[in-house]
Amino acid sequence: MRKILVGVKRVVDYNVRVRVKPDGSGVALEGVKMSVNPFDEIALEEALRIKERGEAAEVVAVSIGTDEAQQQLRTALAMGADRAILVKVTEAVDPLVASRVLTEIAKRENADLVILGKQAIDDDAAQTAPMVAALWGRPQATFASKIAINGGTAIVTREVDAGLETIEVDLPAVFSADLRLNEPRYVKLPDIMKAKKKPLDVVEFASLGVTADVGLKTVFVEPPKPRAKGIVVKDVAELVDALKKKGLV
Amino acid sequence: MSKILIIAEHDGSALNQATARAVTCARQIPGAHVTIAVFAAEPAAVASAAAVLAGVDAVVTVASAANGHALAATLAPQVVALAAGYTHVFAASTSFGKDLLPRVAALLGVPQISDAMAVEGAYKFKRPTYAGNAIVTLEAPADRILVATVRSASFEPAAGGGSASISAADVSAELPTHTRFVSLSAAPKSDRPDLASAAKVVSGGRALASKENFDIVYSLASKMGAAVGASRAAVDAGYASNELQVGQTGKIIAPELYVAVGISGAIQHLTGIKDAKTIVAINKDPEAPIFEVADFGLVADLFVAVPEIEKALS
Ligand SMILES: Cc1cc2nc3c(=O)[nH]c(=O)nc-3n(C[C@H](O)[C@H](O)[C@H](O)COP(=O)(O)OP(=O)(O)OC[C@H]3O[C@@H](n4cnc5c(N)ncnc54)[C@H](O)[C@@H]3O)c2cc1C
Repeated sequence: MRKILVGVKRVVDYNVRVRVKPDGSGVALEGVKMSVNPFDEIALEEALRIKERGEAAEVVAVSIGTDEAQQQLRTALAMGADRAILVKVTEAVDPLVASRVLTEIAKRENADLVILGKQAIDDDAAQTAPMVAALWGRPQATFASKIAINGGTAIVTREVDAGLETIEVDLPAVFSADLRLNEPRYVKLPDIMKAKKKPLDVVEFASLGVTADVGLKTVFVEPPKPRAKGIVVKDVAELVDALKKKGLV
Repeated sequence: MSKILIIAEHDGSALNQATARAVTCARQIPGAHVTIAVFAAEPAAVASAAAVLAGVDAVVTVASAANGHALAATLAPQVVALAAGYTHVFAASTSFGKDLLPRVAALLGVPQISDAMAVEGAYKFKRPTYAGNAIVTLEAPADRILVATVRSASFEPAAGGGSASISAADVSAELPTHTRFVSLSAAPKSDRPDLASAAKVVSGGRALASKENFDIVYSLASKMGAAVGASRAAVDAGYASNELQVGQTGKIIAPELYVAVGISGAIQHLTGIKDAKTIVAINKDPEAPIFEVADFGLVADLFVAVPEIEKALS
């Protein structure tokens, strides 16, 4: 195949414990460490491995974000993506909007395969891969833990609630990466230097003809209800006693 | 009036309990009329199970050989065809619902609310973001169909005792041939309760250190009549299979009792167990974050403590 498109979202790093702003308008992002969404790293790693097996010619990383998302695209280029596209927006977009943008890019680029993360760890929506597949009119294989390309088709194993499901799809298609698809490579310093010379195109959101407003309104953001403080028991006997008193064992 | 269509989740013969939980969510919408849609090769048994759920007004079946396996690409155009005349389309936020509903929403040209955890109005719902650390209230426009997945851990399953009518729906939709089911390798059927709906769960983490050692977790679970779960680290290392992962990217559960054995309590894990009524943590590190959420914490070596607990329960 010629080309694989990979989504790269800039998100709060998975180690950060986010705090909700007291005014309920959102979470505090000032000075917080930002990273590539971990599932997107896995998606990119898979695309690179497909290319390294000689089954694809080019890997293109796409991000929808502010100018700052260029950092995450540079990381993607350092990992091995051939070029990057930033679709520039001024604020976060709904997954439906992101999907319309990615579909438009997939069409313009004539992609043979789109690999996205199964969810972004900020909004946890898990919508974009199936939405792109729908809008593009292509097959989807979500929660992929194994991908084998066989010319014009692919065999994908998916992590589902019942176990592991295997499906076959015709390409082009949209896949979403699950945790156990692979372990992303570490970026080495020389790769970071090389990545600075790789092409990164900036596309204005407005030029794509996609409407940003899908009507979903965020009314309020609040922290979760805290759990009541528990106790430390001194030994197994005290634990079993406590559970017996509650009728749990 | 809100006319709510819930897409049944099933394995061809049994209705998944997550669908009964989605019914409870739908019923919390004032004046809701609730219909369950069963897409299957032979929907009769699942339809009967759906019809007896309290609060269900109607069951419609769409029988077709193409619906023998739940493929999102095949089901989505049929759901879209059936959705005309409904105000809401719901499914449980399971791997089935997460795969199917965004495809439906995109075909309908509407946004989706994922993991609805509380009903604030017919078009207003709360949902978790940032691994459950920020709860967002979202409002969707009332002049369009609302597509939402329902977070199972937030709603009790609807009771039985209902008697909804069952009818066959005639759905005409062009079905794609680009997606084909190959196989499902499911965990062997056992007498153990199902992780997603169990009243008690015992989970093991990286500390178990091997697949053989993980038997300690199974053994304690058997003694307690509990389901078995695992942290991501335990699944990644191959001590437990993938469908047992609990957390942000695994199963979100709300048992009466959750016992975390040798699990540190990373935020990604905690988001999966926050709604458990009682949490027990067994960890040798008194500083482990799991103790911040545990109702009962035991600082101990699990290889000593777990067999002792089992003995105390005998
Ligand atoms: C994108 C993303 C998604 C993720 N999703 C999930 C998810 O859904 N679910 C999930 O669980 N994780 C998830 N994780 C991983 C998560 O961040 C943690 O790495 C993981 O939960 C750690 O698993 P653990 O607690 O078993 O292992 P560790 O963190 O290594 O903890 C092991 C614990 O065992 C204790 N211990 C060791 N030996 C003993 C002993 N002999 N007796 C008693 N205690 C002992 C240690 O003190 C330690 O606290 C995700 C991570 C990322 C980046």
